[in-house]
Amino acid sequence: MTAGAEGAGRDPGLQPERTRLAWRRTTLSAAVATVLALKAALHGGPSAASVLAGAVCCALWLAFLGIAHSRVRALTTTPRPPTLAPRQATAAVLCAGALAVCAVVLVLQ
Amino acid sequence: MSDFVRNIRLWFAPERVREEGGTPDYRFSLANERTFLAWLRTALALIGGGFAVDQFLPDLRWAWRVGLALALLAAGVLCSLRAVNHWVRCERAMRRGEDLPASRFPVLLSLVVAVVAVAMVVVVLVGWEG
Repeated sequence: MTAGAEGAGRDPGLQPERTRLAWRRTTLSAAVATVLALKAALHGGPSAASVLAGAVCCALWLAFLGIAHSRVRALTTTPRPPTLAPRQATAAVLCAGALAVCAVVLVLQ
Repeated sequence: MSDFVRNIRLWFAPERVREEGGTPDYRFSLANERTFLAWLRTALALIGGGFAVDQFLPDLRWAWRVGLALALLAAGVLCSLRAVNHWVRCERAMRRGEDLPASRFPVLLSLVVAVVAVAMVVVVLVGWEG
């Protein structure tokens, strides 16, 4: 997985690896929030609105996973990884924000 | 305020960040990215906390439960927006060779979390009595 980085001499500070793991941790945090959202959606007799909100949460997690995966690929295949694109950062933040909107819908159910 | 609007434009336009100054050492950019991700995790944890308050404190009165959950969710949204804004500001400061921006947000967030925590303690104690 790190063949590209090794080919150009490993960064002694392991910066790309640490950044890759940070993306993984963040994806895991998003997964925990999504699981809590699903629990809230299915709790006490699911209604149409709560099932929809739960499905949107799953889709948001998949979107976040996609962003993280493309970034991880960029980090592991290039020896000098390019800077994170603001578009990716904004997309990741919008996933978190939309998750919070779904949470509001579920809490007010 | 106009500075904030300009930052928002930068969120969506990677090429405009690259226009300014020189490219910093990629390790600095990666460190900035990890800081951004740490703040994003904090935001996700706050959102998860909002769900948890709603789910795991069912004995609370509705208004308190929903109020606390909404406060945590709002803090999560604020935290994630601030994460991307601070990341853009740091990235631009590094490209221009300026000092990194100072921020009062960590203090603000810790005060909010402390107030919510104290409110939780009070509410749980009072809620169990009543």
